[in-house]
Amino acid sequence: MSEPLLDVQNLRVRFPTATGPVEVVRGVSFSLGRERLGIVGESGSGKSMTGRSILRLIRAPGVVTADRLRFESKDLLSISEREMRKVRGARISMVMQDPKFSLNPVMTVGEQIGEALAVHEKLPRKQIRQRVLDMLEAVQIRDPERVFRLYPHEVSGGMGQRVMIAMMLIPAPSILIADEPTSALDVSVQGEVLKIIDELITQNGMGLIFISHDLHLVSAFCDRILVMYRGEVVEECRASELDKATHPYTRGLLASVPRLDETREELPVLDRSQWETA
Amino acid sequence: MNAISLRNLDISYGDTLVVEGLSLDIAEGECFGLVGESGSGKSTVLRAITGLAPDWEGEISLFGQARGKRIDRTFAALCQMVFQDPYGSLHPRQTVDATLSEPLTIHGIGGADKRVPEMMEACGLDPKFRFRLPHQLSGGQRQRVAIARALMLKPKILLLDEPTSALDVSVQAEILNLLKRLRREQGLTYILVTHDLPVVSFLCDRLAVMRQGRIVEVATVDALKSNTMTDPYSRELVEKSTTRLSA
Repeated sequence: MSEPLLDVQNLRVRFPTATGPVEVVRGVSFSLGRERLGIVGESGSGKSMTGRSILRLIRAPGVVTADRLRFESKDLLSISEREMRKVRGARISMVMQDPKFSLNPVMTVGEQIGEALAVHEKLPRKQIRQRVLDMLEAVQIRDPERVFRLYPHEVSGGMGQRVMIAMMLIPAPSILIADEPTSALDVSVQGEVLKIIDELITQNGMGLIFISHDLHLVSAFCDRILVMYRGEVVEECRASELDKATHPYTRGLLASVPRLDETREELPVLDRSQWETA
Repeated sequence: MNAISLRNLDISYGDTLVVEGLSLDIAEGECFGLVGESGSGKSTVLRAITGLAPDWEGEISLFGQARGKRIDRTFAALCQMVFQDPYGSLHPRQTVDATLSEPLTIHGIGGADKRVPEMMEACGLDPKFRFRLPHQLSGGQRQRVAIARALMLKPKILLLDEPTSALDVSVQAEILNLLKRLRREQGLTYILVTHDLPVVSFLCDRLAVMRQGRIVEVATVDALKSNTMTDPYSRELVEKSTTRLSA
């Protein structure tokens, strides 16, 4: 791996509460090259907060600090908001979990994708339209001309998620953050959507941060995995070596998933008290 | 006698026919899985059985009693439903106590003071949560409340519509264990709607694969485990589930 695209050292996210500040991300460090990095953990483990803090999407009163948060020689924590807007969407973009809530309901699909492009590049309208149609085709939408004119409520979940991916990839960013991109989708559509993400990532030589609670999904899809628990990275391993994971939390998570050829009478449940104080 | 028996069931929403010519027999104490993609009509079947999709033709009967199209209390006491999303299925401004007592009030059954904590205990909820509101509970706890509410009237049949798909894997394991234990202790009959085949494999005895409103195959879970289902579409689903992304 050459010079990493993104370098994160000791990232912390804090929220003030009535009973004092709560740290939801506690000293996360990693670097991302042109690879697929998976971040796994339960809800509340801080995985989404990690993704959002990279894009500076955490609003006050939340506070983000880090020893280093470097992207292409820019320090993301110190640049101005104006500067940040040039990074967000154009250089690093994010696919959210549920297309139903993340697309603008009163704009057509085509306009929305076009907007993502127009904000970052000055292009004649005709050219934008052509780029959008090409992009829709790239995410395997069969009839781009028709879908271009549809509103988000007129497309299915799987198609909505493809639209979102198209929107995020049209400015050709170098990093894509995908926060549970398939958990709102059917198993049968999940595969297709992941395949599209995978192809586009490889073609464009991008870095991917894939956030999910599904260990098996992440291990099959990513190159490297970070397992998060209570705001900390408890384990880092190559995806192919996940079954050799050593941390009791990772092992517990792996064991709690039912298998297709299930013979266990009862599923093992995580005993959190084991490492609560660690 | 069959706990649930469906005969030539057609269900429609307005002019759209969603389920067509469906027939099923489910024995007492059985756990039956209904699987298929979204839009295949599997949830609609459950909605018709509980009376939430009243536009149906054919015959629905529970323990030999045919169901009418009106709201029917004896029927409700026999058969209850648990919904997918514990964030949406509980009233946000009612405490756990109010949620669990309401079925008793409606059916004019007393003793809520004793039965609410008992049921909470049975569903693995600490009775100290009794006067909390849903937003003060975690997703897993909320789903336990929804299951407890469904069991308040001591039904014989529980209809489960994707009961764990909104939950984390670790919490899913807890809820699946709970459902398995409750079924054993109270001799319940389940219909479980899901698109997650491993969940069927853990909980169910038999399953039916649905596609575009029709059942394409009914098989035992052993056939699912040993991958010996016969219909090409069922095999495709199993295939997708095992090699979800190696494509």
